[in-house]
Amino acid sequence: MAKNQANANRKLISWLIAAAVGMFGFGFALVPLYDVLCEQLGINGKTQSTASSYEPVAIDKNRTITVEFMAQVQSDLPWEFKPEVKRLRVHPGELVRTNFNAKNLSMNELVGQAIPSVSPGQGAAYFNKTECFCFNQQRLTAKATAELPLIFYVDPDLPDSITTLTLSYTLYNITDRGYVSVVEQGAAK
Amino acid sequence: MSTIIQDSPAAQDDHHDDHHHGAPKGIMRWLFTTNHKDIGTLYLWFSFIMFLTGGAMAMVIRAELFQPGLQLVEPNFFNQMTTVHGLVMVFGAVMPAFTGLANWLIPMMIGAPDMALPRMNNWSFWILPFAFAILLSSLFMEGGGPNFGWTFYAPLSTTYSPDSTALFVFSVHIMGMSSIMGAINVVVTIVNMRAPGMTWMKLPLFVWTWLITAFLLIAVMPVLAGTVTMVLTDKYFGTSFFDAAGGGDPVMFQHIFWFFGHPEVYIMILPSFGIISAIVPAFSRKRLFGYSSMVYATASIAILSFLVWAHHMFTTGMPVFAELFFMYCTMLIAVPTGVKVFNWVATMWRGSISFETPMLFAVAFIILFTIGGFSGLMLAITPVDFQYHDTYFVVAHFHYVLVTGAIFSIMAGAYYWLPKWTGNMYDEKLGRIHFWCSVISVNVLFFPMHFLGLAGMPRRIPDYAIQFADVNQIVSIGGFAFGLSQLIFLAVVIKCIRGGEKASAKPWDGAEGLEWTLPSPAPYHSFSTPPEIK
Repeated sequence: MAKNQANANRKLISWLIAAAVGMFGFGFALVPLYDVLCEQLGINGKTQSTASSYEPVAIDKNRTITVEFMAQVQSDLPWEFKPEVKRLRVHPGELVRTNFNAKNLSMNELVGQAIPSVSPGQGAAYFNKTECFCFNQQRLTAKATAELPLIFYVDPDLPDSITTLTLSYTLYNITDRGYVSVVEQGAAK
Repeated sequence: MSTIIQDSPAAQDDHHDDHHHGAPKGIMRWLFTTNHKDIGTLYLWFSFIMFLTGGAMAMVIRAELFQPGLQLVEPNFFNQMTTVHGLVMVFGAVMPAFTGLANWLIPMMIGAPDMALPRMNNWSFWILPFAFAILLSSLFMEGGGPNFGWTFYAPLSTTYSPDSTALFVFSVHIMGMSSIMGAINVVVTIVNMRAPGMTWMKLPLFVWTWLITAFLLIAVMPVLAGTVTMVLTDKYFGTSFFDAAGGGDPVMFQHIFWFFGHPEVYIMILPSFGIISAIVPAFSRKRLFGYSSMVYATASIAILSFLVWAHHMFTTGMPVFAELFFMYCTMLIAVPTGVKVFNWVATMWRGSISFETPMLFAVAFIILFTIGGFSGLMLAITPVDFQYHDTYFVVAHFHYVLVTGAIFSIMAGAYYWLPKWTGNMYDEKLGRIHFWCSVISVNVLFFPMHFLGLAGMPRRIPDYAIQFADVNQIVSIGGFAFGLSQLIFLAVVIKCIRGGEKASAKPWDGAEGLEWTLPSPAPYHSFSTPPEIK
């Protein structure tokens, strides 16, 4: 009886420990799961982190979408960072190029990383960037300026309820942070 | 739940005489003990010490908030107080108190001689003091202790956190290990050590609720461990789980944290339901109404608890369909909870009720926990949550469910089982004084917070606009009174341990359960031969 009990205990304990270890792993599995869900469902304003290829699609001349550009800089990065134009009116399917301008105001070489976010979040999946400075890290020497290109098109499948898309960039200081660029991370996946 | 007991107390005494080794003496007894009753006692004392420690921090908070402006402490220290108060109360006071009760009661309730894994039991208790020593010591370090709220949202806990954050992380790791070991022990004990004839649907509800709680602990404490590990590596090792600059996402922190955090709040209330389900029938002198619906309701709450985490994050900019999903799931929890409250009230209905201290606390629990549940329902409504979010309304809500919910039920349980633990009756008059002081002051303390929150006072802020001054003074006075009232509880417990009217094996005439077949105080070794259960 006592031996049976010990065996039964051991078996149950192994299951429970396996469950605990599994849930520890699940906690980490939530990280890629979260990214995949956000990207697939186009929620949370996350746009794709790698360039999408542009296959010419029918340009929907009947519809005009206002695309607004915003740029913010984290307080620990002494840079100036602005969109060339604040607002563009584009047709879905049309390939558009615009620029952002960055200037390092400090006397040191600094590395910045721009992180995009699209609002409303439901529109993020329809905002395709074929070229974006946000795919790479930006390294600016002291007082240097840079013109940062962005080429994008809006997917014609964009829901009718959306007439304005706001693309907002936040520029982070990643000097000495040892981060690989977002695009390399995407490639590693 | 009719467990009719064959063993007479005399028979119990007989088999107790077979064991001549009683409790060893001195400090070594407590360090090396594998006895479930000793470990239960250790847990309960530890949790009471932590309750007073966290309470002292609450006093600092309420003293600072007595007047607008900055009086006593710096804002950074104020933030450390709110953070560590929360951590100490959640992981140091409420959870160990329940584990202590589980240790004391589960073996006696299911007719087992001890917990299934006594050595692990010792280990899971004794790592706890170290966890809290690490956490509390960080308050005295340069740069201070954790100041980012008990929810340690990134980037507050990563980019902007003090240097001592690693200590916070390691202390949470140790607390998590302790909880998981405790939970494994509870599950194995309940599954494998029930006396013959103690079938699933004869288990006392305290055992049922703890079994379900233990599964919740095993499911979510590892997720918490993972979360703090990510915070650790983000802060010290250059990963970017939560840092947008490196491709991470701070909102993801909240998702992972609340995936742990919401089941955690049920971990802190389900055992309460078990305690109340023992006390209400005992003092109503009726069987518990709807035993099996109680079991199913508990299980439903546990399952639903995994589907509602994002109601803590309505304002993060979720898509509308997600907000609706989490809103409806959250409101669904009111159904099984309502079943429970209904069953307790139906148990009391036409019972011959007497109002000894445990029953007073139990009735107060039912009323005040329900108030906390209603404010929870209000918070569950997405559009109004945009107004209530991060205000004192939230503070009022979770203190109603945790203080007048979890803590009141622990006190009710302590009064109820103290005669069994100590062999002496507690001082009923002092107990009632403790109850009335507590129940009045706790409402003076927390009820006006609802209005502060509705008027827009944000939580976790050391200063406030002057129009909130009057209500904050009332709240602070209630806070001081509630804090002092708990010293009466300490006096009652010490007095009861030192002596008092001898308790019979079953001091409450309506009480049911195997623990009452044992003499009071419960012998050091009990149920070495399993009792017979019909």
